[in-house]
Amino acid sequence: MILLLQYTLIFASVLMLVALGGCFSERSGVINIGLEGTMVIGALGGALVMKYMPPEAGAFAVVALTVLASALLGMVFSLFLAVAAISFKADQTIIGTAMNMLATAGATVAVKAINTAASGGHDVSSDIAYTYTKDLFIVRFGEFEFNWFMLIAFVCLIISYIALYKTRFGLRLRSCGEHPQASASVGINVFKMRYAGVLISGLLAGLGGIVYITAGVSVWKFEYGVAGFGFLAMAVMIFGAWHPMRIALAALLFGFCRALGNVYSGLDLMTALNIPGVVYNMLPYIISLVVLAFTSKKSRAPKAAGLIYDKGSR
Amino acid sequence: MKKEKTPLLRSSGFQNLLASLICVLGGLVVGFIVLLLIEPSGALKAILAIMTSFFRYPGKLMLKYFGQTLVRTVPLLMCSLSVLFAYKVGMFNIGVAGQYVAGACFSLYSALAWKLPWLPCLLIGMLAAGLLGAISGVLKTKCNVNIVISGIMLNWIMLYSTNLLLGKVKSPSSPYTLSLKGTNPKALLPSLGLDKLFFDEKSVTIAIPLSILIAVGVWFVLQKTKFGYELKATGYNYNAARYAGMKENWNVIITMFISGALAGLGAGMLYLTDISPWETTCASVPAMGFNGIAVAFLGGLSPIGSILSSFFIQYITTGGGFVDLQVYSSQISDLISSLIIYLCAFVAFFRFFIQARIERAEKKKAEADNANKTEEGGNAQ
Repeated sequence: MILLLQYTLIFASVLMLVALGGCFSERSGVINIGLEGTMVIGALGGALVMKYMPPEAGAFAVVALTVLASALLGMVFSLFLAVAAISFKADQTIIGTAMNMLATAGATVAVKAINTAASGGHDVSSDIAYTYTKDLFIVRFGEFEFNWFMLIAFVCLIISYIALYKTRFGLRLRSCGEHPQASASVGINVFKMRYAGVLISGLLAGLGGIVYITAGVSVWKFEYGVAGFGFLAMAVMIFGAWHPMRIALAALLFGFCRALGNVYSGLDLMTALNIPGVVYNMLPYIISLVVLAFTSKKSRAPKAAGLIYDKGSR
Repeated sequence: MKKEKTPLLRSSGFQNLLASLICVLGGLVVGFIVLLLIEPSGALKAILAIMTSFFRYPGKLMLKYFGQTLVRTVPLLMCSLSVLFAYKVGMFNIGVAGQYVAGACFSLYSALAWKLPWLPCLLIGMLAAGLLGAISGVLKTKCNVNIVISGIMLNWIMLYSTNLLLGKVKSPSSPYTLSLKGTNPKALLPSLGLDKLFFDEKSVTIAIPLSILIAVGVWFVLQKTKFGYELKATGYNYNAARYAGMKENWNVIITMFISGALAGLGAGMLYLTDISPWETTCASVPAMGFNGIAVAFLGGLSPIGSILSSFFIQYITTGGGFVDLQVYSSQISDLISSLIIYLCAFVAFFRFFIQARIERAEKKKAEADNANKTEEGGNAQ
């Protein structure tokens, strides 16, 4: 039971971080399909720091540097989207799709190159191991393993809520996602706001990436990318109606489904039901599709999300 | 009559070709830089390996690799046709990946579990994938669910269901599905002697000419028929199509059905050759569908362009397997393909840029002509 709670919380943290990222981007008017790829790149940055930092450096230093590396790399990678979609008015969906492919291929090439160079050609795998440093993220309360990332995710949630709903910046950002021409008419720089939105989404998604790959295992194979968690986070964002607090609840629900898939074999009640594990993995997608079918008639999606900003149009 | 200025640059076909070539060049250059960063000494050899692909092998082996490349080009071409068909009707079918999976799932299942011959297998896979596409279409028209979002959700639902279903026909000792050859050879696509052309490469089948015929068919339907015209009209302006008396909702659903069916057919055409089994533990949606998106845009969203671009992408992917794997990884060609699609997204911008420049130049010229004429007119009086 405790294991279920622990997995629910850590998966919910991942989904919440990434979905909040998507929320910032879409609220500013840019659809970010590339969340999945951004997670991969963020995970790569964090994993490399964790691999090469000595565990003696202390928990604080390791945690801080890992978080910094993931967030920074996520931000840099999201520039691919920002530059193309905002400055060059490219199609956001195509760019996002390309980013996902680019991230997995790029990360695999990079990790394989590092492994090959380090081993002199013996190890050509795409694995990064971070067994020792991973323990530094965990504080044990009895059987429950508290992960510092849970706290970070919670803090990000509070900050996101305040930033979006209680500050001038948030109001301006949201206005750019609803009616950018109106925002421009009152002197808001739509380009700047959208860049801000996309970069914040890169930061949060990158962070989500490292949380995800350290959630259960201590070795990650980068050929697999992040196995659809970025897309699941998009579902969380839509299910949470682009609002931070609802996103948090949606993340808990979807995280719970995902956790069930991981630990159901250890629970007597679940093994008695005799449902294959993949069903739990499938469940979040089915739920969100059904909910979408019933709620999309009056969608709460930002009105201008996905549209290319043209100063001259009305 | 004055000489027509830059007629070649104005034709959209030429612009597409030029743009695609620039994208390819850009992708290859960045790929080369990455190779240089990894290990400068072998980089030139590696990029040449990717670019020459199977041509670097002697006769018989070359034919064999050529055949295999063609076999894998087929589903790529079909997926790109699927993407471009939907795109012409104004929809971004990212669900192509899931529809491809559905095609693989049902054609393999009907071949291995029900022991059907190849034609029913192919059709069942096609139908299943088409229905999956149609679900997206129905959700769009009846419930206003974004096609991209429902597509993404259905991709993952389909992947997990497929792993579940094909788990029933996998070999007991591995996560892979049983081979058709051993279980049900009737389900193998017929080759009609085509395999002889490629040094007995058994996976070369009628799928290859068939896919090219289908590409031409898609071009014909979209360009030359009333049906295609109505679909495109719906894509341009949904409300105008309704006003003109077209069944706009039905058009969206039927488009998604056809789009899905194309992808599903492509999957059947690959898996029913027995070239590779389905891995029932695979944790992510196969890249084939997403690569189809890349190919469609690289081909300038034309079915004929797709034939060329799908072959090119598969060609460099095969080439990626020939680099020195002790130093570089074969994913370098995936990296190049993804860079190419990334650059393709800029094509619209560059075309707009070229177009604007041409128009500005022409306007200037027209103004100058006008000014000349008025002057001439003034002189005459």
